[in-house]
Amino acid sequence: MLERKERQKELRRAAAERILLLDTAMGTAIQAFGLGEEDFRGSRFADHPTDLKGDNDLLSLTCPDVVRQIHVGNLEAGADILETNTFNATAISQMDYGLEAHVRELNEAATRLAREAADSFTKITPDKTRFVAGVLGPTSRTASLSPDVEDPGFRNVTFDELVRNYREAAEGLIQGGADLILVETIFDTLNARAALFAIDALFEDLGERLPIMISGTITDLSGRTLSGQTPEAFWYSVRHAQPFSVGLNCALGPKELRPHVAELSRFADTLVSAHPNAGLPNQFGGYDLSPDAMAEHLGEWASEGLINIVGGCCGTTPDHLSAIAAAVEGKSPRKVPCVRPWMRLSGLEPFVLPRDEEEEAA
Amino acid sequence: MTTGRFVNVGERCNVAGSARFKKLIAAEDYAAAVEVARQQVENGAQILDVNMDDAMLDAVECMTRFLNMIAVEPDVARVPIMIDSSKWEVIEAGLKCVQGKPIVNSISLKEGEGPFLKQARLLKRYGAAVVVMAFDEEGQAATADHKVRICERAYRLLVEKVGLPPEDIIFDPNIFAIATGIEEHNDYARAFIEAARMIRKKLPHAHVSGGLSNVSFSFRGNEPVRQAMHSVFLYHAIRAGMDMGIVNAGQITVYEDIPRDLRDACEDVILNCSPEASERLLEIAESYRAEKGTASREADLKWRELPVNDRLSHALVHGIDKWIVEDTEEARLNHDKPLEVIEGPLMDGMNVVGDLFGSGKMFLPQVVKSARVMKKAVAHLLPFIEAGKQEGDKDTKGRIVMATVKGDVHDIGKNIVGVVLQCNNYEVIDLGVMVPSARILETARAEKADMIGLSGLITPSLEEMAYVAAEMQREGFEVPLLIGGATTSKIHTAVKIAPQYQGPVIHVVDASRAVGVASRLASPTLRNDFVSEIEQDYERMRESHAAKKGGRERLPLAEVRANAFQFDWSSYQPPRPTFEGLRAFQGYDLEELIACIDWTPFFSTWELHGRYPTILEDEKVGEAARSVFADAQKILERMVAECWPGPKAVVGFWPAASAGDDIILFKPGTREEMTRCYGLRQQIARRKGRERPHLALADFVAPVGGPADWIGGFCVTAGPEIEERVAEAKARQDDYEAIMIQALGDRLAEAFAERMHQRVRTEFWGYAPEERLTNEELIAEKYRGIRPAPGYPACPDHTEKWTLLGLLDSEKLCGIRLTDSCAMQPASSVSGWYFSHPESQYFGVGRIERDQVEDYAARKGWAVEEAERWLASNLAYDPLALRQAAE
Repeated sequence: MLERKERQKELRRAAAERILLLDTAMGTAIQAFGLGEEDFRGSRFADHPTDLKGDNDLLSLTCPDVVRQIHVGNLEAGADILETNTFNATAISQMDYGLEAHVRELNEAATRLAREAADSFTKITPDKTRFVAGVLGPTSRTASLSPDVEDPGFRNVTFDELVRNYREAAEGLIQGGADLILVETIFDTLNARAALFAIDALFEDLGERLPIMISGTITDLSGRTLSGQTPEAFWYSVRHAQPFSVGLNCALGPKELRPHVAELSRFADTLVSAHPNAGLPNQFGGYDLSPDAMAEHLGEWASEGLINIVGGCCGTTPDHLSAIAAAVEGKSPRKVPCVRPWMRLSGLEPFVLPRDEEEEAA
Repeated sequence: MTTGRFVNVGERCNVAGSARFKKLIAAEDYAAAVEVARQQVENGAQILDVNMDDAMLDAVECMTRFLNMIAVEPDVARVPIMIDSSKWEVIEAGLKCVQGKPIVNSISLKEGEGPFLKQARLLKRYGAAVVVMAFDEEGQAATADHKVRICERAYRLLVEKVGLPPEDIIFDPNIFAIATGIEEHNDYARAFIEAARMIRKKLPHAHVSGGLSNVSFSFRGNEPVRQAMHSVFLYHAIRAGMDMGIVNAGQITVYEDIPRDLRDACEDVILNCSPEASERLLEIAESYRAEKGTASREADLKWRELPVNDRLSHALVHGIDKWIVEDTEEARLNHDKPLEVIEGPLMDGMNVVGDLFGSGKMFLPQVVKSARVMKKAVAHLLPFIEAGKQEGDKDTKGRIVMATVKGDVHDIGKNIVGVVLQCNNYEVIDLGVMVPSARILETARAEKADMIGLSGLITPSLEEMAYVAAEMQREGFEVPLLIGGATTSKIHTAVKIAPQYQGPVIHVVDASRAVGVASRLASPTLRNDFVSEIEQDYERMRESHAAKKGGRERLPLAEVRANAFQFDWSSYQPPRPTFEGLRAFQGYDLEELIACIDWTPFFSTWELHGRYPTILEDEKVGEAARSVFADAQKILERMVAECWPGPKAVVGFWPAASAGDDIILFKPGTREEMTRCYGLRQQIARRKGRERPHLALADFVAPVGGPADWIGGFCVTAGPEIEERVAEAKARQDDYEAIMIQALGDRLAEAFAERMHQRVRTEFWGYAPEERLTNEELIAEKYRGIRPAPGYPACPDHTEKWTLLGLLDSEKLCGIRLTDSCAMQPASSVSGWYFSHPESQYFGVGRIERDQVEDYAARKGWAVEEAERWLASNLAYDPLALRQAAE
């Protein structure tokens, strides 16, 4: 079995060669198991004072078999990269369940589950290394938006709190054996900047850097993040982290997401990822886009050279992933464009200060 | 040398620089402070500087609070923030509040390398660009050498040790006050400019910035002199490479407008030309001191005391948007439903606007301003309307899908029509420019449009419109099709477009007619009569057109060739240009072009007809003309101050000889054929007693075997920034400014073409070195030589632009591209050939017969059908009828 450093090398090699497959929705898969309060508590938290049903991240400790099975399903469908079951495993989010003291353990345990599953598959077919992306979710609070309409200057979380939260979670992910860190479902870019700040400091302290994947969320058809940024502006806000990839996930189906992925694809001088939902939610909050329909879209993206890494978010299943795998099979990954060394800033919108070409040439 | 780019950082949100802002922050009136920020951005600040450094304020707290406030204001937060403080903890507090990538202003080597590196590493972690002051352990650098030495040291540390991208480094090499009376201060401005030049040369990708107002500190209280100093300083500093500045755009004058003696005096002081320079500026400064008390007339605000409905009406008629949101909100609270505010007071106000417009008492620019106010009011109400919306609600008079057709990028007219229709309660779905037919029809179908409106300016668009009409027929549409745009005409619509489509096709001559046409089409009672009236009218036109066409005879090609322009080439020595091949011009001096603008067409854009300058005094349209003219001047001032756009041009000369109706171009310095420019010859039969030669452009170039001769070519563009700014203005829903900028861009491109032609005659080709013409004489074309453009009457084949722009390498050298239908992009561009012959003249090829089309197609290697398609508007025959007759 390869060491982390070797796996990371292998990751870059594989990404240069083909479109990589990210796994599909953890939450959707857990729902399908129809677990009850008892299952969530397990024996360890049987006497916990608050209800725990719905704390999916806790299942890594109380129902590890469920999580393991979901990973295996995705690996069988062809996933190259597994996402850890840690979407809400930060102190801010776990506080809702009174489990903030267990954050590091949740992250470490979840990563170990994914690590074991990935490695068991790599062992069988060693020419295809499977990777584990340690997931840092958005948390339940936003640093750029006021929860109080009367007081737009108010915030219920600070940058420093977010940094502490993300650092704690990331320590668990790295301890558990993650190959990459995936900062995902970013609807407030300031939260993501706090996460990237925390990770960078952690890397420096550990003396080891992991590749970072960054994935934002365009929350509705306006084409902006919840905090108001366009995809290009979003990219300039996180570009300093020199991520392994940048992309978009959640909220929209492939049809609605396409123009925004195309925009990122034009501007991002790194790999581009996408893991859309299985369409827009129906009246019952479910997702209807079939594996074939989804694969048709993503196959077209691949043909057009828009993507390097692709997977599924809410409503997608290993069946979707199999179909997507078939649709992108043999298609070349997107070529990373060369970007001019111009100052690129952002507010909600991008700002680029170009230079004269003759001067550049001089 | 650096040209063109200059970023304007808004400087009013600074407690150290603005007493008003400081008062607002001290009083914790953050709402008003946010307004200051909003105004900055509205007035064109591309980056917003925020500074809370004041002994009486808790700067960390104020910075956090203010940035959190503006973070939720989309109009403000759209631009990047410059976090400005001399205290690191304030900077860090700021960095924790912005989701975008900001600039930090500033860090320096003042405390040595240790703290500098530590701060820089943190900045890299936060993700920020950084301003570095030319300040080290010894203090602030005053000489150019010392400034550059510090900047170079900082650059190496940042790039090599910290790994900060060099393009994220901005140096501020200290602007200090000059003309202070202290001798050693005299060189400060020159030292900055010199340092800027060296930094840009030595330190790749880094930028240079500075706070402008310091330089004129000695002249506090004398605004005219301060403004002149700022303009002169910027003029030189930008040329040296300063590409960013903390500048109040209102405090700069147009360089060319500064009185000569003041400008010279400022120049001498800034460039430190002589030891007496300060003394001289001080002497003349007094005579420029503004008279006290005349500064600004208080606006009459009595109308603010009227009842809310009257206030809304007043705001709409006068185009004042300052209070529109609060007034609209007040009206909303007075009504049961938000829609009633639109249907009631707002529409009442717009009806007043409509009545005044209809009776000629208001003019288009004013109406567009009213529409801007209306849009803001409606935008405020929309969320409330949406929230209370029930299914099936429909409140517009009709839904119109509008587009500038494929291949065409011009949309001023379309935008005006769109705005006017929206004011009149039509729902307009504007698809923008270059819209392919399929998308127009798809949208019209999906949105259940009641009408489709097509617009275009260039002649190929006429063909495209006919195509869209045919497609509508094919797809079974029945809705009315409206045609508009500068080259469209009633006759073309009647003869070429209407026959393609069985639904109603109506030419709309200008924006003022759009509502009349649309409302009749939307009315169940008026529609049928109106449509059949139009149809009869068009039928009559088609008949008389067919009759006319039979009337004027064309002559056979051989015959008109025999009657070409005759000239004795043996006794003529064509002038030799000063160079062969290409010469490119980047970032051409904007002010030089502004002086060459022909203003008359500018007023036509606004549908104000009359010649400049008399139009300004016109009894009927004078007031409106003065108003748009004044607004145009403001934008031009802004362009000059902010150094956009960056006009570019390419001029070329090639040895050439005519061969029949074509011109052969040779490789520079040789007689080796490089390419050919294909021409067409007039074919119309002359009336008796009016026999004249049948011209082709090739007649003005010496034939093969004759004396050595040359042809020239050019393309100019006002710059891509025009389009960017237009898009930006549109995004702000500011149609007035969008139209204004586009119109000015077009004028600048024309002025540029005129200016380059003048330089060609006097310098580059140089056959008229003594030419001295006024701008009026230039506009009247009282000079030797012509510059005909492919697609225009003398050479109507648009595809010749491929040859011309290819020769000029236009895309690479000045960013001009051609669309599939041969329209130039950016739209504010002009191209053409140069002819030097003393008898060369503009003419129209007019309609041509099939014999010439066949001959031309054979020369160009085209199928005849292809030639017919490109020359459609020049055909003296109906190719379809001809073919059918043959079958």
